[in-house]
Amino acid sequence: MSIFSDVPLAPPVAVFKLTADFREDGNPQKVNLGVGAYRTDDCQPWVLPVVKKVERMIVEDGSLNHEYLPILGLPEFRSASAKVALGDDSPAIKDNRVGGVQALGGTGALRIGAEFLRRWYNGVNNTATPVYVSAPTWENHNSVFTDAGFKDIRPYHYWDAANRGLDLAGLLDDLEKAPERSIFLLHACAHNPTGTDPTQDEWKKIAEIMKRRNLFAFFDSAYQGFASGNLEKDAWAIRYFVSEGFELFIAQSYSKNFGLYNERVGNLTVVAQDSENLSRTLSQMEKIVRTTWSNPPSQGARIVSKTLNCPELFAEWKGNVKTMADRVLLMRDQLKSKLQDLGTPGTWDHITQQIGMFSFTGLNPKQVEYMIKEKHVYLMASGRINMCGLTTTNIDYVAQSIHDAVTKVQ
Amino acid sequence: MSRAGSSLNETGVKLNGDPGADLSVFTKALTAAESPETRLLSAFKKDTHARKAYLAGREYYSEEGKTFELRLVRRIKQQLSADPTTRPEYPSSLGLTQFTRRATEVALGKSSRAIVENRAFGVQTPGFTAAVRLGAELLRHWYDGGAARCGTVYLSSPLSCADSLAGIFQAAGIPDIRQYYYWDDEQRGVCLEKLLQDLEKAPERSVVVLSASAHYPTGADLSQNQWAMITKLVMRRRLFPFLLLPAQALCCGDLERDAWPVQYCASQGMELLCAQSFSHCFGLYGEAVGHLLCVLKQNSLLLSVQRQADKIVRSLWAQPSVGGAQVVATVLSNPAHLVEWKQELKSIVERCMLIREVLRERLRLLGTPGCWDHLTQQGGLYCFTGLNGEQVEFLSKRRHVYLLPIGCLNVSAINGRNLDYIAESIHLAVTTSV
Repeated sequence: MSIFSDVPLAPPVAVFKLTADFREDGNPQKVNLGVGAYRTDDCQPWVLPVVKKVERMIVEDGSLNHEYLPILGLPEFRSASAKVALGDDSPAIKDNRVGGVQALGGTGALRIGAEFLRRWYNGVNNTATPVYVSAPTWENHNSVFTDAGFKDIRPYHYWDAANRGLDLAGLLDDLEKAPERSIFLLHACAHNPTGTDPTQDEWKKIAEIMKRRNLFAFFDSAYQGFASGNLEKDAWAIRYFVSEGFELFIAQSYSKNFGLYNERVGNLTVVAQDSENLSRTLSQMEKIVRTTWSNPPSQGARIVSKTLNCPELFAEWKGNVKTMADRVLLMRDQLKSKLQDLGTPGTWDHITQQIGMFSFTGLNPKQVEYMIKEKHVYLMASGRINMCGLTTTNIDYVAQSIHDAVTKVQ
Repeated sequence: MSRAGSSLNETGVKLNGDPGADLSVFTKALTAAESPETRLLSAFKKDTHARKAYLAGREYYSEEGKTFELRLVRRIKQQLSADPTTRPEYPSSLGLTQFTRRATEVALGKSSRAIVENRAFGVQTPGFTAAVRLGAELLRHWYDGGAARCGTVYLSSPLSCADSLAGIFQAAGIPDIRQYYYWDDEQRGVCLEKLLQDLEKAPERSVVVLSASAHYPTGADLSQNQWAMITKLVMRRRLFPFLLLPAQALCCGDLERDAWPVQYCASQGMELLCAQSFSHCFGLYGEAVGHLLCVLKQNSLLLSVQRQADKIVRSLWAQPSVGGAQVVATVLSNPAHLVEWKQELKSIVERCMLIREVLRERLRLLGTPGCWDHLTQQGGLYCFTGLNGEQVEFLSKRRHVYLLPIGCLNVSAINGRNLDYIAESIHLAVTTSV
């Protein structure tokens, strides 16, 4: 008898199933608005020119050592990541109370942070600390915290479907009612999947309650630079919280803004009250990493580190990032105009008000099914689309398809 | 004390700790004990002695004392970086198919029944530790149909050597770690009798972690006869084998020979997990190229176990990194590359063997008491000298030669420039200490 006899068959992951179905679809007009990666106007993945340049430099560099990276990762990478998130002049960095752990992408960073919090936050090994994630949120958030051992994962109000915007009142109410010391997973910018971010004033209100009620801020920052085209702007919320004296975690991903999806480059930035607390925290994180992947992969971290630490390359990178962000903004603009021109019922302002890769169209599941089955336009059942899947070639077809879905299907 | 709405001290830091207390939220985090390796390395770095030697590293060092890239690997990396067809997108959580296929074949042999019958699959992982972790998670999740019992794991003794392995299983949620007798100090080798005795007492369904080759840190491997006896016991007692293959081909330069235990177990119809690493045999340390091989009894189970592995991966690291795996897959898929790779490996292996020979001979010439045959009986990168704690400390404190506390050393770190000093140091350690 196999010991695996009773393993149940887990369902396939929705977004990958969508892509698989898309691949099998033979219709020439098919469009994939489900995938979570950047595409050019030719619908191709894009190797950032600066990344290509730096990769060549690394391959040609005979002086590189080929040893295992330290457990916490490449030091230059970790310090550069902290600066990108908090700003070069960050007082917290100057106070030596900011550190980092190189991780396998944003997911790895979230996992290490979650494992640490489960062991050492709010008591010792307190699996009962409530963890709040936005409703809706990236599905993997739930899995990461559950598998790290937390028993109580709860939603906080976020998306207001009726008004197609942020449910601020609901959110603030949840903050007021959450048990003290609860952990709140916040999206730093370009909320996935809604694309809806709090305004600066709304962030201030959130921070005020969180500070007063001793709630822990865990930021997920996967789109810095990619959302608005501006690194500082996309990091505003994080920097505000730090300036307000919060101790916090930031799970950074370089998958999207460096196009390094397959090199798994991420960083968990830790902001502590002082360097003493920071070093104890990092020592425990090192222990956690030792039993997870032990030594992180070097390739991606080298590329990011070289780029961030060299002024010319850094400037070139910012330009590349802006290219991607601008294309997304253009597609948002055009989609909204076309829907308005078609006279599609409803308001479509949310398309340009939302930010980043994703947009919650507001299409209901029936309409989504129509889009997929009748129009061969693939999007998530939630109505989420990836703006990067839109191109100047397919945008008219997509706009028309949305129009048809909204008018024909209730 | 801080009150809601009190003004921010510009130079100080306002806290979100307990109201009425200035505590950091990280207050409860204790300073984690440094691993022995970390402490050793710090001590070595601070050491200013001209002849200091660090023999506790995990990588292969060249005669010049550096880690290096295989020439073939460098060429392939250059080719890959110039390849215009590479697509920057998320790989599958299970890794690159070409890589997992080759990694599976290299462990089981292409014509393995398990492969032919579609009972084997592999998952690319970011390194060896990650492969062990994934295997541990799989076992813990689905042991005995997901019942509360999460089983027992047996690691080879001395347990202090398996420290990091134990930590991985515990992190995966399997707290019950026990040991089976392995290294015998007096025999300076494996004691099969005691090993079998220990496994005989193991509860059914226990996991037994066995090194397929290049046992860390002793370098002492099981013979084919010993494997035959162990696997008989494992099958009779219904234990689950978790094999470790961290440095295939690095022991004797022979891929098949190092993988023989895996192939043997599979040929006996056993179910098993095998954690592999390609770091050592490709010099790809920094790139974390690992693999977890899973061999099942029935192919009807393959999809569900694979999906569970996928699910576990997605909340740990989501997907592995592709760079190193692409290099390995390229080499393993191309006969000409394979020949070249084996040749480069051969020179590494032969150098290690030579160092072992020369060291043994040097100690004989110095008249160092004791028998040093075990140095050449073992294979691979690591060597269990048999020196005790006191002698090891003597070496680091008085001679500035650093071994792991357990008396293990990395033979590749010995070279023409430091051999005499090291041999002399070992001699002094044995003859000077009480």
